[in-house]
Amino acid sequence: MWADFSLHHAWLIPLLPALAFAIISFFLLRSPWLAARLAIAAMGTAFLIALGVVWAVGSKGITVEAPFVMKTVWFSMPGLVASMGVLVDPIAAMMLFVVSLISLLVLIYSTGYMTGDPGYARFFAFMSLFAASMLAMVIATNFLQMFVFWELVGLCSYLLIGWYFFKISAREAAKKAFMTTRIGDFGILLGILFLQIAFGTLDFGELAVKVPAYVQQNGVALLTCVALLLFAGPIAKSGQFPLHVWLPDAMEGPTPVSALIHAATMVVAGVYLVARAFAIFSVLPGAMTVIAWLGCFTALFAAAIALTQREIKRILAFSTISQLGYMMLALGVGSLTASMFHLMTHAFFKALLFLGAGSILHALHDKADIFEMGGLRKSMPATCAMMGIAVLAIAGIPPFAGFFSKDEILVAAAHVSTPLYIGASFTAFLTAFYMARLFLVAFFGEENPHNHAHESGLAMLAPMGVLAVFSIIAGIVPFTMGFGDWVRFGPAHHAGIDWGIASASTLIALAGFGLAWAIYGNGARRSDAIVKQVGVLYSLSLNKFYIDEIYQWFNRNIVTGLARVLYWVDLNVVDGIVDGAAQKSGAVGNILRRFQTGQTQHYAALMLMATVMMTLILAITAGAVAGGGKI
Amino acid sequence: MIGLSHYLLVGAALFGLGLFGLLTKRNLIAVLMSIELMLNSVNINLVAFSRFSATDAAAGQVFSLFIIAVAAAEVAVGLALAYAIYRGRDTVSVDEMNWLKW
Amino acid sequence: MENGGLMHTLAFFLLSGITLAAAMGVVFKRNLVHSAFLLSVTFLGVAGLYMTLQAEFMAAVQALVYSGAVAVLVVIGVMLTHRQQMSRSNPPNKMLLVGALAALSVVGAIVWAILATPWKVGKGSVVTAGDIGRRFLTDFAPPFEAVALLLLAALIGAVVLFKGGKAQS
Repeated sequence: MWADFSLHHAWLIPLLPALAFAIISFFLLRSPWLAARLAIAAMGTAFLIALGVVWAVGSKGITVEAPFVMKTVWFSMPGLVASMGVLVDPIAAMMLFVVSLISLLVLIYSTGYMTGDPGYARFFAFMSLFAASMLAMVIATNFLQMFVFWELVGLCSYLLIGWYFFKISAREAAKKAFMTTRIGDFGILLGILFLQIAFGTLDFGELAVKVPAYVQQNGVALLTCVALLLFAGPIAKSGQFPLHVWLPDAMEGPTPVSALIHAATMVVAGVYLVARAFAIFSVLPGAMTVIAWLGCFTALFAAAIALTQREIKRILAFSTISQLGYMMLALGVGSLTASMFHLMTHAFFKALLFLGAGSILHALHDKADIFEMGGLRKSMPATCAMMGIAVLAIAGIPPFAGFFSKDEILVAAAHVSTPLYIGASFTAFLTAFYMARLFLVAFFGEENPHNHAHESGLAMLAPMGVLAVFSIIAGIVPFTMGFGDWVRFGPAHHAGIDWGIASASTLIALAGFGLAWAIYGNGARRSDAIVKQVGVLYSLSLNKFYIDEIYQWFNRNIVTGLARVLYWVDLNVVDGIVDGAAQKSGAVGNILRRFQTGQTQHYAALMLMATVMMTLILAITAGAVAGGGKI
Repeated sequence: MIGLSHYLLVGAALFGLGLFGLLTKRNLIAVLMSIELMLNSVNINLVAFSRFSATDAAAGQVFSLFIIAVAAAEVAVGLALAYAIYRGRDTVSVDEMNWLKW
Repeated sequence: MENGGLMHTLAFFLLSGITLAAAMGVVFKRNLVHSAFLLSVTFLGVAGLYMTLQAEFMAAVQALVYSGAVAVLVVIGVMLTHRQQMSRSNPPNKMLLVGALAALSVVGAIVWAILATPWKVGKGSVVTAGDIGRRFLTDFAPPFEAVALLLLAALIGAVVLFKGGKAQS
């Protein structure tokens, strides 16, 4: 019953938080207590419906091939019919579940974290809108609908990253996030336009039929370009290599926002878009190779940066980039199952990590450097325990969630290409190392006497507890229940553990832990000696490979220079033409003005002259003025 | 033998004189007089056409009478305007009547 | 006056000469009063020309309306608007050459048209005042009424203009 209702009312899932946003914005900005309760109630109901949808997908045999689709015409004109609707298949159902659950938990957590913030009610409004946009994007039936909500997600991220708008850095970060993702949006919009022109439809179902047929007939060259254009959106949104720069800066927002951005909304939107359009990507081997290598490179690159960062949220941000690289890698090697599986498990443990980081920051009053924390184990035992679970999960230690999903990705990568597998494995090693470093430095070692840390309240710990449970079981439970039978592309994927790869990855993770223990264990600081030996590499990593600086340089020299040239062109050529036209008209008018003497007799003389002229012309052309007057 | 053309030529000469006066006179009242000359030349033409017409003889004179009526009205209003301008600006010189020019 | 006779020819040339000479005086005289009186002479000359055309009613109206009313109005206008020296009251402006050129070219065009046109002259007929009156009250009744209205409007307008607005009085 509930399942049936949920399935047919899946549109309620995004609508409820959106309604909460509207009601809070218009009526409840001055009653924060009520606003928070309303946002949570709406999100909770949405979560229940999402649960029902998941149940319905399981019980009604809705598969990737036979999704549940409900749509209505949004607008239509000759040559373009845009519809809005609901598309529920196992992938979307999984996403609905994850997004609504994490949004709900983050909202509950925020009631504790945001206490005392002057914009408390507004915060819940924005968070609701953020979640609503993401949920609506998940159930989109076509690219246009998806793009609309994709942009809404971007807008909300702008609003929330710039939450502390009185801080210059927050404003800059918000702008950076918006502009950087905009580069990708440009590409995706071009891709969508091309699909509309070439296929006359943007519907995922129709495209899935038409694109392979088109490829068989016309080859892949053009469509590969289109797919890469489409992929530009995920590159920007999911923080893949050249456009990852906004994600670390997005830390300027409140920590719950970071948790939401990194775990459930925003960044996974890109991965989800590729998964949604997998029918297009999967028939284009060129595009798939690009995705796989870019994902692998991003994973390795971001992990290398994360090694040396000192701010806790920054480490987590680069870890997110790295994990997103994993997901892209999985998509690139053709395993949608592994990618989505990792997306889900990552959502849980990364949300937990961020909420834990938020808990620490809350206790330490925004002291973010992990080397100044020291020995939080004693003052914050619950946070410490749950962070430990998350660290184990992300490092891929069995039986925590990350182990299963990461193993799937490694298996898929190993099937396709050995270099990719090695890159992914090395990333796993680095991941284990930097997560262990974070954990050891922040929670163990000597207590910093300046800190007066205290454990966070129940409102913050309870959501973390739930996430901790999911971080443990979210791997093994779906694994045994046949996750791959539902969330897949193409034939059913029967997941089995490749014991060789699994044990290798576990050993790699343990090796990473061991190295971290060797350097940072027992409160030791043996890193300085190592830094001296690999000074160049260290500063490269610490400065994020100078990507930001390169962009800055590019911006300062190329963009500004070009802008200056164009400014000159605008000033002198474009304006010159306009001003010149005006000046010339003025000059001509100045000449003609002299004929306008104001002397009536001048006008009369001119008029008579003109009359005589016309008479003459008529006489010459017609031969006679009055040939044959009759009196 | 005096025919139609003679009268028309006299009318043309009178018209030319009136036109010259219209264009060259500085005094507004003199300009009005010149206009009267031109109207008279037209009347000569019309009456001459009426005299030598083959068909409708009376029509020409009827038109002339209309023109005389209009001319009378024109003179009355024109002189009134001239006087009004003179009272306001203390001039009847056409040269100085260019206040609408920017 | 019989058409075609010697007397008729003489009368035509005499009256034309008087009319044109007086008109030249109107245009070229520097004294506006002289111009006004010569204007009256011109009107009388035109009235005489009407007589040679056997249009007696027209001649009478011309003498009455133009020489009588219009000329007198003009003289009154001259006297109302001129208080300084009358001998230099009617000067020409700087457009003598242009005016002459324009007038001559127009006259030239008209003369050429008159001479180039092969006029088909009819036997002609004498028009009496009765004919004109009948026409005014039959097929020319609407314009006749319109002219009456025009005269009324001109009368009122002239009175208003002469009286002057409140701002000026």
